Amino acid sequence: MRPARSVMKRIIVLVLLLLAAMPARAQDAFLTALPGLGGGFGAQVEAVERLGALGDPRALPALRALSEGRLLRLADGTLLIRDGATQVNAATGAPQQAAEADTQRININNRVRGALRGALGQLQIISPDPDERFAAAEAIFRSRNAANVPLLEAALARESVPRVRERIALALAASRLVASDPAAKLAGITALGATASPEARSILLEARAANADVLPQIEAAVADIDRRLAIRRVAETAFQGLSLGSVLLLAALGLAVTFGVMGVINMAHGEFVMLGAYTTVIVQDLARDIPWLQPWSLPLAVPMAFLVTAAIGAAMERGLIRHLYGRPLETLLLTFGVGMMIQQAVRLAFGAQNREVISPPWMQGTLMLPFDVPVTANRLWILCFSLVIFALILAAIRMTRFGLEMRAVTQRRAIAAAMGIRTGRVDALTFAFGSGIAGIAGVALSQIDNVSPNLGTGYIIDSFLVVVFGGVGSLAGTLIAAFGLGVINKMLEPWAGAVLAKVFVLVAVMVFIQRRPRGLFPQKGRAAEA
Amino acid sequence: MDTAQPSRARLGLRAVMITAVAILAIFPLLNQLPADNVFHVSDFLVSVSGKWICYAILALSLDLAWGYAGILSLGHGAFFALGGYAMGMHLMRLIGPRGSYGHPVLPDFMVFLGYQELPWYWLGFNHFSFAMLMVVAIPGLLALVLGWLCFRSRITGVYLSIITQAMTYALMLAFFRNDMGLGGNNGFTDFKELLGMPLNTGAARISLFYASLIALVASYLFCLWITGTKYGRVLTAIRDAESRVRFLGYNTTSHKLFAFVASAMMAGIAGALYVPQVGIINPGEFSPGNSIEAVIWVAVGGRGTLVGAVIGAFSVNGLKTWLTSAAPDLWLFVLGGLFVAVTLFLPKGLVGLLQGRAK
Repeated sequence: MRPARSVMKRIIVLVLLLLAAMPARAQDAFLTALPGLGGGFGAQVEAVERLGALGDPRALPALRALSEGRLLRLADGTLLIRDGATQVNAATGAPQQAAEADTQRININNRVRGALRGALGQLQIISPDPDERFAAAEAIFRSRNAANVPLLEAALARESVPRVRERIALALAASRLVASDPAAKLAGITALGATASPEARSILLEARAANADVLPQIEAAVADIDRRLAIRRVAETAFQGLSLGSVLLLAALGLAVTFGVMGVINMAHGEFVMLGAYTTVIVQDLARDIPWLQPWSLPLAVPMAFLVTAAIGAAMERGLIRHLYGRPLETLLLTFGVGMMIQQAVRLAFGAQNREVISPPWMQGTLMLPFDVPVTANRLWILCFSLVIFALILAAIRMTRFGLEMRAVTQRRAIAAAMGIRTGRVDALTFAFGSGIAGIAGVALSQIDNVSPNLGTGYIIDSFLVVVFGGVGSLAGTLIAAFGLGVINKMLEPWAGAVLAKVFVLVAVMVFIQRRPRGLFPQKGRAAEA
Repeated sequence: MDTAQPSRARLGLRAVMITAVAILAIFPLLNQLPADNVFHVSDFLVSVSGKWICYAILALSLDLAWGYAGILSLGHGAFFALGGYAMGMHLMRLIGPRGSYGHPVLPDFMVFLGYQELPWYWLGFNHFSFAMLMVVAIPGLLALVLGWLCFRSRITGVYLSIITQAMTYALMLAFFRNDMGLGGNNGFTDFKELLGMPLNTGAARISLFYASLIALVASYLFCLWITGTKYGRVLTAIRDAESRVRFLGYNTTSHKLFAFVASAMMAGIAGALYVPQVGIINPGEFSPGNSIEAVIWVAVGGRGTLVGAVIGAFSVNGLKTWLTSAAPDLWLFVLGGLFVAVTLFLPKGLVGLLQGRAK
């Protein structure tokens, strides 16, 4: 039975093939080039290049099939394209079934593969789909054939999508590099040198051997790319560092007021940050049912978090801390205990697992800064937000009546009292102010960190280091210390790893405090003795 | 704080200490009584009190630093953990070819991580005496370096506390790394024997219990002796008025440094005794929370009294063991509440209460 069926199939195939071939004329360049795909490697390369240059869309499926190992050859030289379970004739596109035993998969080598990349690129570059055009430009860029130059020039003139345009320009430059015309070659080198692409760099390095005559130009172009890549790396590190710095700054600012200005050590500071983050979650949940309020839940959470944590801070100062002024070690233990209780209360009330915080649309996505540095929008917002909060705090301390009283009380309590300032009230307000800032920090950190009862513990040591490093009592010092430590941390990370970089920074700050126990910006005069 | 004590109260405290040690000493004997006897002590209580004795040594060491030298270390847990790690390394070496991978020298985690040979800092830990030397030398050295740097620059009070906390935090991060060659996240466990004694037997448990008790008594006597000497008097004076003592011509740095290093070594010994009893050591021991919990033991018991530290360690840990099984949610409230209550209402701790009565 089996041989008979196979013979039958062959006959059917033959008939179909004849039928399919009929409309085509011998003059059809596509059909004359196609059988070459089934030949030896040399013939394959030739056929692939001819098909690519023809720009005939019919060639695309066959070339794709060849590159993906789906092109089959029958004994008579007919080429079939396997598409899942079905098979189609490569020349006509008509369905045609052949038994597994009769077909032979056509193998290719690397040379053919290279030619295929270029040819596929040439054909796809006219595709209506921008993603496909992008992929095509990519393929041509890799295959690098001077013959593609006119094709790419035409494609570049047509192209309107910036992303694809950029890629086509790169492919054009790479194709020009292998052109025989010295002027085109130089143009290609210059164009490649104007990019910041590591791939363009490796292509130029490869081309050095074959182009001894334009070696200086190539070297210059490589140097150009290197410079641009270095700038991009520096810019990336700088932004990451500034971003980390802004987080440190937000976490430390509240402490800079309570510990730095007021001299009260508050180990529950991290818990205030955590409470601010939970306030954000609550405001978000409340706003969920009110459509017009929903996008504003985050801005609304800022004052809410300030009020909540400030109220708790004021209560804590009046109820507990007030009794321990002048005994910093006891204050430390007391506030640690309070922090522990706050943490446990939140854990019992909201559960130990992370709470989800939804970022508003304007905080999502990624932006491109100059030098091709990608930044996530929320990081950029937090960076700006931290600077705004810093400016507001500075203004509050320097320009308001409350700030004046606060400075008066911290500098000379007795004289301030004699001047009629209610020092107890100022103490409570100052502590509430610092706690409120911690709450605001929590709103920002809820966007980039897990909102869980442990949120605050991770920040407390960092915050203290920032405040001490910057100089206790100096807000400007806190700013510089936060950004400085952030950038140093990110600079160390590539070669030390994230954890070790953090350890290095901790040790570095500890050693630095040895040299300058009062921080970067020590207070001068009487305040330094306090 | 013990300077103005009436001697009757002081004798009372020592009596408390002697009674406590005597009761603990007969625990393993009471354990042998039939289970229905009133005086029977359960296996659990014996093993848990063995742990508490180690905590009490840690509390004593902290009391020496905080109560007498005024150095509030929030990183004493690090010295405890380092001593524990040194002991853990010895125990790991003793496992030998009995590990799951059966490698003759390398511990399991090293085989798992693809180590070819033992890192240099593991050499020598197969000898008990070398390991015991390291138990005191490593914490002592760390305390010496940190203390020298800090005391020399006159870093005191809360700044010193924060630095010690940062130290233990940094060590915790470092020990969590696998490429430290110290077991990373999982630390050391699956210990087999110590000094030829299989660890899972009752005899080993009782031996370790008595070893810990002897160490506690020795630490107590050491602290008692040192605080009674002239050096101890100067130390207390430094705690109360450092500048004044310096102006009187004493080298306060070296005085404080000695106390700090001795204290760190005691903490290391406590850790070394703790590890074979609980059977595991991991980087979690370095967490700042552990160190600060040790501070509260001393504060609850009454700092600067030595006996107070021991009482505090036992009472707080007893409370913890009971509460974490009876009402686990409540424990952190109680611990936090202890911090608040002790600092506000009971600055002299439980011992202060007893003394108030004695007067």
